Amino acid sequence: MAQRRTAWTRLTTPFANIPASTATTLALAMWVVVIGGWALLSYGRVVPNMFLPTPGTVLQTTYRMSLDGSLFYHTLTSAKVVILGFIVSSVIAVPLGLWMGTYRAVQAPLEPLVNFIRYLPVTSFVPLFILWIGIGIEQRIAVIFFGTFFQQLVMISDCARSVSRDLVNASYTLGTRRSEAVWHVIFPAALPAILDTLRVTMGWAWTYLVVAELVAASSGLGYISLKAMRGFQVDVIFMAIAAIGLLGLITDTAFRIIRARVAPWAA
Amino acid sequence: MGSLILNASSQTAVGSRAMSESIKANNPAGTAHAAGDPRSAGTTMAIEDVTLRYGDANGVLALDDVSLKVAKNEFCVIVGPSGCGKSSLLYLAAGLNDVTSGTIKVDGREVIEPGPDRGMVFQSYTLFPWLTVRANIEYGPKRKGLPAEQRRQIVDQYLDEVGLAPFADHYPAQLSGGMKQRVAIARALANDPAVLLMDEPFGALDSQTRGTMQKLLLRVWERQQKTVLFVTHDIDEALVLGDRVLVMTARPGKIKAEIKVDIPRPRSMDVILEPDFIALKRRILGLLHDEIDEDH
Repeated sequence: MAQRRTAWTRLTTPFANIPASTATTLALAMWVVVIGGWALLSYGRVVPNMFLPTPGTVLQTTYRMSLDGSLFYHTLTSAKVVILGFIVSSVIAVPLGLWMGTYRAVQAPLEPLVNFIRYLPVTSFVPLFILWIGIGIEQRIAVIFFGTFFQQLVMISDCARSVSRDLVNASYTLGTRRSEAVWHVIFPAALPAILDTLRVTMGWAWTYLVVAELVAASSGLGYISLKAMRGFQVDVIFMAIAAIGLLGLITDTAFRIIRARVAPWAA
Repeated sequence: MGSLILNASSQTAVGSRAMSESIKANNPAGTAHAAGDPRSAGTTMAIEDVTLRYGDANGVLALDDVSLKVAKNEFCVIVGPSGCGKSSLLYLAAGLNDVTSGTIKVDGREVIEPGPDRGMVFQSYTLFPWLTVRANIEYGPKRKGLPAEQRRQIVDQYLDEVGLAPFADHYPAQLSGGMKQRVAIARALANDPAVLLMDEPFGALDSQTRGTMQKLLLRVWERQQKTVLFVTHDIDEALVLGDRVLVMTARPGKIKAEIKVDIPRPRSMDVILEPDFIALKRRILGLLHDEIDEDH
């Protein structure tokens, strides 16, 4: 149908599909622009290298820190904090969110409280967590948990609430008991949306990492960034930022694969 | 205005598909109980003096003192303008909503909550998207705790019945709207309900698919002999399918007239061209037009 349309018309038509090769080219071009711009600014000394390292320096630093194992060590520590915080949060938020979205009696007491807490900045709780939990890995996990949990709860509750009433009604007319509806109908029906929520909130969990490692950490990507700041090692900061982004990309892809496996029936 | 209760009693029960036609519009007696048939042996579903009011005592009156009976193996159709409460009545019969007053009984037992004895096919697509066609049909028998072998037989039988055996392992998202509703019918029948409630099941389909679905439903019903209470706003559909058509008024919903459809079975879709059919259709149109005029 789009045979007679020119490539330009297709590119400028709302919601129109473009060939995969064009999409890939555009995506690559974006990276070329970003890295090219970076190279121009740094190699061209437009910005002093003290503030903006060259791509070459960052690659060298990455290579050096990969060789001595420190990059791996700090990445592992950070990944452990984020993933543990995320898992603890999800394990509680998924069932509680399902109940909250399903039963008004659970929603009524929880929702005002959760909506109050989820607007509080996570940073404001760091001093409290240090007092209560100490300065170990638990404190950092608590920060990730706190930043993720309440958002997850509200979003998963919405996933459950938006399950079609007629789907639940149909299940009743087929012999499902009221007590079974959450597990037999609402959970599977909401599952694709729940997995999407987990994928999105996983991204948020990564963004809390530096906050978590801001105080009292002795390892991790956020920690080495802060240490590098004091020594003006901008290249290390760049490397840490790139590593966090890359890890986020990996977990995001992992969630997409899991979703395709667990819920192949949902588009 | 006195209540216009008409009782579709057992005189219309199974087999009485004789060539007689009766219409009881504006029954002046208005007696809800007078027509109550003491010999309720052939009655599967009895709706008695049912009123439904939304919200508090000042809320909208959706159904006003509705009474009807559906005989065993009868195909009973309720036709009415949109918003007349016909779907609400079906939801009440399914036990998905509570009556404000009155009772609904199925096989003599009062309906207080939903149950597998009242299967329902909805206007919206309600197949479980995470289950294949086979697993959707198997859902009810599984809840009942039937053994796997028996479940397989039931599923195969109904897959054949609705002609979807080649699609057994497809997910609902891979099916067309008509196919989804065929699975929904198979899923409801596989549970062997005492009464099958159908809430405008073909309302979302295009007119050609609707015709095909009506033909399929007629064939399935003629073979399976189920008690059906079917709701629609499509007069042709009501007359093609039903043994009896109940015409409902709008706001508050009441049953205005009862029309027996004496077109012999098995019926084909060509009946819509026959004079008998057209006469019945004209009568129902007249009844519905009165309603619409009153509205304006």
